Amino acid sequence: MATMGAAIEPTGDPVVDVRNLSATYTGRPVLEDVSLQVRQGEIMVIMGGSGSGKSTLLRCLLGLHRPRAGLVRLFGQDIGGLGTRQWAVLRKKMGVAFQGGALFNSMSVGENVCLPLREHTRLDHTTMRIMSRMKLEMVNLGGFEHLMPAQLSGGMLKRAALARALVMDPGLLFFDEPSAGLDTVVAADLDELILRIRNAMQISLVVVTHELESAFKIADRITVLDQGRILMTGSVAELRTSSIPRVQQLLTRTYEEQPLDTEAYLRRLTDIVD
Amino acid sequence: MHTLALRVFTEQLGRRVAGGVEDFGHAAMLLGESLFWLLLGRWWHQPVRLRAIVDEMMQVGVLAIPVVSILAFANGAMMAMQGIYTLRQFGAESQVVASVATAVTREFGVLIAGIIVAARSGSAIAARIGTMQMSQEIDALRVMGISPVRYLVAPMLVALTLMMPLLTVLSDSLAMVGAGLISMIELKISFGTFLQQVWLALTPGDIWQGLAKSLVFGVLIALIAASNGFNASLGAEGLGRATTRSVVLCISAIVVADMIFTFFLIL
Repeated sequence: MATMGAAIEPTGDPVVDVRNLSATYTGRPVLEDVSLQVRQGEIMVIMGGSGSGKSTLLRCLLGLHRPRAGLVRLFGQDIGGLGTRQWAVLRKKMGVAFQGGALFNSMSVGENVCLPLREHTRLDHTTMRIMSRMKLEMVNLGGFEHLMPAQLSGGMLKRAALARALVMDPGLLFFDEPSAGLDTVVAADLDELILRIRNAMQISLVVVTHELESAFKIADRITVLDQGRILMTGSVAELRTSSIPRVQQLLTRTYEEQPLDTEAYLRRLTDIVD
Repeated sequence: MHTLALRVFTEQLGRRVAGGVEDFGHAAMLLGESLFWLLLGRWWHQPVRLRAIVDEMMQVGVLAIPVVSILAFANGAMMAMQGIYTLRQFGAESQVVASVATAVTREFGVLIAGIIVAARSGSAIAARIGTMQMSQEIDALRVMGISPVRYLVAPMLVALTLMMPLLTVLSDSLAMVGAGLISMIELKISFGTFLQQVWLALTPGDIWQGLAKSLVFGVLIALIAASNGFNASLGAEGLGRATTRSVVLCISAIVVADMIFTFFLIL
């Protein structure tokens, strides 16, 4: 099957600019000195195993987690210094599709997709419905707007979440684990959909995934995270030929036993005993 | 060994005190932010939606009418029975109408309404917000530029503040009907005479006292329940704990607030 990866050339200033980002979660360091840039029209895939820090990185980029140090710029604006009003304006330019969809269970699919329009625009009801139907058609969910989220399959939930994320025509889209929990055919369809949307809307995408096949299919560049640090950032070809052993382990799914830090182990066992 | 036990106890006590202060601060922040959106939301082009308020009024108020009615009626009847039994020993059973009317309008009408709303809505609000937190719906609101406080808490706050006085009026009325029926049977008086005695016994202050309390109870239930929902830890157990905690704290807050109110209004 032909893919449409890299159909447009990423250009211009970075839409996402992360500099020396460090973050902790419940006091434990999870990101250390992370820097990356995503350019206009580029699909950046953030990859890594469980606990590598990719979800925390995504939350930092979305302004949902305050980093310990470093800088995050979206569309050239430092998000650390934004007030409520500036955030509200910036967020209209971003779309986010969460891993589980995060659709509002008390609303139908159509109402979910309409919600950002209802809250941020003064469009009349008919126009909003037409716009939401357009986006649902775009993700192949035309005619499903009356269904409730509980009536959708996993793939349909992700596509509905994508429609909601796209309804304000954002310049930047975040997609958390698009392929997780989907069978290979549905996952492949979703990958094609992501590429089609990027090419049609010329938006930048940050996709967080641990699915190699999906990452290789859609990515312009891939950032590999491991234990909170960036191992490498590069194109699919650069990743495949990388000489970094840990990257190769991730690509070939080879298990390597981590060396045991005896002192830290003993400290963990004994830290409540005087 | 004793040192370790003391240290663990002190740590737990400190954690609980810090947690309590944190909860109080969070509830105060929710109140401040809700008032901000209610007053300035329209100016920011992000108003608190009337439809959301009406939906919440339906949930927290209208759907509570049957249970409030039954319990208030039963409570009024019981108070009349106990009053007649006690006062009969002193030959003063005719005073039961005045005492029940005052106690119901000042204390028990609003307390019954408050406890029922706390049990129904305190758990429902905490469970709903906690579930939304777990399924990332709260995060979804934030990243869409929609304040969860404006969208979820402010309508609840308004709905509870409006519906609590109305439920209190209903609770007072049904308790009077219950007390009236018992008085008709036991004291052999007509319902008209009963109402006349109630009218003579009550002052506007008695009714206002109950209504003022109901407003405070409404605010307390909304803030405590929402705060527990937002702070629910992930997982089914965490959600269950948050829901239980919400109901217990709502009812405790209502009773303590009632006591404080009564202290300042009577003494």
